[in-house]
Amino acid sequence: MKILLKHVETEGYSPNLQSYLTEGGYSALKRALKMKPEEIISEVKLSKLVGRGGAAFPTGLKWEFTRKAKESPKYVVCNADEGEPGTFKDRIILEKDPHLILEGMVICGFAIGAEQGFIYIRGEYFEAYKILKNAIEEAEKNNYLGKNILGSNFSFKINLYRGAGAYVCGEETALLDSLEGKKGQSRVKPPFPTFVGLKNKPTVLNNVETFANIPEIILNGGEWFSKIGSPLSPGTKLYCLSGDINKPGVYELPTNITLKELLEKYGGGVQGKLKAVLPGGVSGAILTTENLDVVMDYPSVQKAGGMLGSGAVIVINESHCMVDLAEKCAEFFEYESCGKCAPCREGTKRAREILLNIAQGRGELSDLKLLKELREVMYDTSRCGLGQAALNLTVSAVEKFPDEFEEHISKKKCKLNICPVGDVR
Amino acid sequence: MTDMVNLIIDGQKVRVPAGTTVFEAARKINVNIPHLCYHENLSIYGACRICVVEIKGRPRLEPSCATLVEEGMEVKTNTARIRKARRMIVELLLANHPEDCFTCERNQICELRKLAYDLGIRSLRFEKGRKYDYEQDFSSPALVRDPNKCIQCSRCIRVCAEIQSVGAIDFVNRGARTQVLTFFNKGLNNVECTGCGQCILACPTGALRPQFAVDEIWDAISDPKKFVVVQTAPAVRAAIGEEFGMPPGSLVTGKMAAALRRLGFDRVFDTQFGADLTIMEEAHELIERIKSGGKLPMITSCSPGWIKFIEHFFPDCLEHLSSCKSPQQMFGAIAKTYYAEKLGIDPRNMCVVSVMPCTAKKFEAKRPEMCSAFEYWKERLNLKEEDRFPDVDIVVTTRGLARMIKEAGIDFVNLPDEDFDEPLGVSTGAAVIFGATGGVMEAALRTAYEVVTGKILEKIEFHSVRGMEAIKEAEVELNGLELKVAVAHGLSNAKVLLERVQNGESPYHFIEVMACPGGCLGGGGQPIPTNLEIRKKRAEAIYLEDMAKPIRKSHENPAINRLYTEFLDKPLSEKAHHLLHTTYVRRSRY
Repeated sequence: MKILLKHVETEGYSPNLQSYLTEGGYSALKRALKMKPEEIISEVKLSKLVGRGGAAFPTGLKWEFTRKAKESPKYVVCNADEGEPGTFKDRIILEKDPHLILEGMVICGFAIGAEQGFIYIRGEYFEAYKILKNAIEEAEKNNYLGKNILGSNFSFKINLYRGAGAYVCGEETALLDSLEGKKGQSRVKPPFPTFVGLKNKPTVLNNVETFANIPEIILNGGEWFSKIGSPLSPGTKLYCLSGDINKPGVYELPTNITLKELLEKYGGGVQGKLKAVLPGGVSGAILTTENLDVVMDYPSVQKAGGMLGSGAVIVINESHCMVDLAEKCAEFFEYESCGKCAPCREGTKRAREILLNIAQGRGELSDLKLLKELREVMYDTSRCGLGQAALNLTVSAVEKFPDEFEEHISKKKCKLNICPVGDVR
Repeated sequence: MTDMVNLIIDGQKVRVPAGTTVFEAARKINVNIPHLCYHENLSIYGACRICVVEIKGRPRLEPSCATLVEEGMEVKTNTARIRKARRMIVELLLANHPEDCFTCERNQICELRKLAYDLGIRSLRFEKGRKYDYEQDFSSPALVRDPNKCIQCSRCIRVCAEIQSVGAIDFVNRGARTQVLTFFNKGLNNVECTGCGQCILACPTGALRPQFAVDEIWDAISDPKKFVVVQTAPAVRAAIGEEFGMPPGSLVTGKMAAALRRLGFDRVFDTQFGADLTIMEEAHELIERIKSGGKLPMITSCSPGWIKFIEHFFPDCLEHLSSCKSPQQMFGAIAKTYYAEKLGIDPRNMCVVSVMPCTAKKFEAKRPEMCSAFEYWKERLNLKEEDRFPDVDIVVTTRGLARMIKEAGIDFVNLPDEDFDEPLGVSTGAAVIFGATGGVMEAALRTAYEVVTGKILEKIEFHSVRGMEAIKEAEVELNGLELKVAVAHGLSNAKVLLERVQNGESPYHFIEVMACPGGCLGGGGQPIPTNLEIRKKRAEAIYLEDMAKPIRKSHENPAINRLYTEFLDKPLSEKAHHLLHTTYVRRSRY
């Protein structure tokens, strides 16, 4: 079952309008323009599609909130700032099937009553930017975008905006600030962007993959979609397999697949002996061999203690030290914290420092308790997802591999000879 | 009518208008939620996360300052989870904070230190950590910035941008490397900073402070060759009592004069003498401009923060400024000419110290234009360029003077009242009101009316220009002319008036501008805290002194009249022009 990579995996398919039309592209838009906006929203609600950026908020509900919001104009924003470590799924669609995203966005605009869309694309995605830019021009020339689309009286424009490399701009409100030309820093929520979004107007902000699901939902109906994959979060999902795996890559699979199937049947098996899996990049807790039977839908992964997030499945084998891994990830968060709220700004710095101390043999057992408490406070008080999630991985590593941490601290030893224990900088 | 919202905070029912924040609602039941980045006069920032509370149904703690009340909301402001979070956040801030509380400017009045104490933090679990090691910014004669003590609450940024519409500082960099800096780190003196010091009042720590002047003053006092005279601005007497535990609004003019004498100053004078002199010159300048078709509206020039603001932001409007120097500078010029001559002392041996509610006054005293006494004596004493001396030597803030009094062990509260020395300590009620917004206007009107009409002004109080309203207007009839005046305090209000002037839409003849909210009594050198309530109290004290003065019009000040008879001849005379008037500089933004 392919929804997202259907075209991409068709032989000879190229990211231009002609190819897209040959495969039946924009027929969903034609159909949608004949529907009532409310009907579109009710199909999307019926599909039970949830956001594919990581937060898994029901897409139909988001659209409905925005449609019903009183303020106008309204905006559609596509989050293409794919920055979670280990995530490279949106890039495939952006580079290989850009019209799929545009079509999803136009339908969304029609459904919520917006005439302007923005795509905020990761700054490092040079190639994708060029392809997308070209796709927008093609769509404009052929009236899939622009005034009175396909003879209707609906007009919709899409502007492309490049980020400048900040991870936090993948967070929806930081993205909006950045899009407005401000420093990319999160806003206080509530109010949510559905009511107070871009330029303080009601805004639907969806991930690339979310929009890419829309045309098929319109063509085949929400009910059809809701029966694919796991009933808990139906549909297919793009899983990014990376790390110690034989066949890394992006796999589109129904959400009822188990982690084990994903790794073995599609990933070609783990290189070496499996130690841990990060199911959703570095922002969630780690899973271990005990969790191999987990179904890879949003609620199930969460129940297992992890976070499916963007679907960045990073495989870690026995050659990796968990202290080192935690320290590297903490360094990432320290570097990427926007610095606005105190718990994240100071907390990410201290967490990294504590982990570095442990890695270098200067740790104390009380540090482990401190990290845990720091994680609780950062989760409880940070302004946005970055700080709230920054220590999930670290604390789960401490909980699942306590011996490794204690060994570094008490015996000043890294069994795998990775950490510079005793190397006092 | 506003909708009312019912909610429960800590088990108590609260009813507040929709749009109220949880933080404000908690105040209704006498809970002052601990906070750092929240500031009552500034926009909501929601970043320190100290004021977090538990709200039923929400997965995480929420910042009460940034959360609006909702019907039926259940809030808890003090639980184990909240206390743990607050303590840890403060611990994290302290982990990056210099441990020099003993020698810190904010020693006794640091909000961070108080918070650490109040929250019961008795040990630091992140003490092994790295701290910042940033350069301090000493570029400005008025203010010093110490980024090491900054906790990134943005209160300085917000007060500068929102209240003063200046925007001299903002955040740069990201994460733990975030800093508050000037444009390209050029330093406060090299950007559009006005030196008003409102950022100092807003700062919860010692990251912003005035340039230190106390040691220089002690040195001058201890120097037997120096004849040290001190002048104190009107707003100081209405506020310095607060530094000694007296309630806001305590008028302590007599005690202050007594304390200054005990500190060892050779003469204890009053900037109010300079203020009366300013009115003489300024009122006549206004009349002259109206008569001769000069540039109108004329705008006051007493507030040095305001002057730097207009020089940076409205350089094309400089002709609107009165050419009068401020009272501080008029005083300095007269002290080192007229008074030095009278006493027969070498002006080079005279040291003029001024006590100001203001930090920008430090900048003003160092302006190159402010050496009129030197120019006066240059030929008479055959002085060379390297002998150049300023009219005002040292400027200290109200807080700085309070510390000197404490250092000397003087029991300020129980001091007897004493008078200022003559002649430069003689002043009128018109001079004391310079300390409050609208005061210069009122004082000028009292004199201008009588000079123009030749009649006695029966009702000398102009209530329409008093008070804390952003922009105040009045009309006064002067021999058939409807004189239209306006008053603004706080630079964002001044900007509104200036834009009208720039667009040719200003109906006014005369505008008073004070850089700081409330006027000088709310200046950056005043006791901390300074807030709206306290500003109002200080204004009451100022108007109280006006009422109590036997003479309430500048042109009736006998010492001023003697100064004109003996020395200056008449207002706007050539001598007055040289000593009491100045010029302005066009400045760019950075």
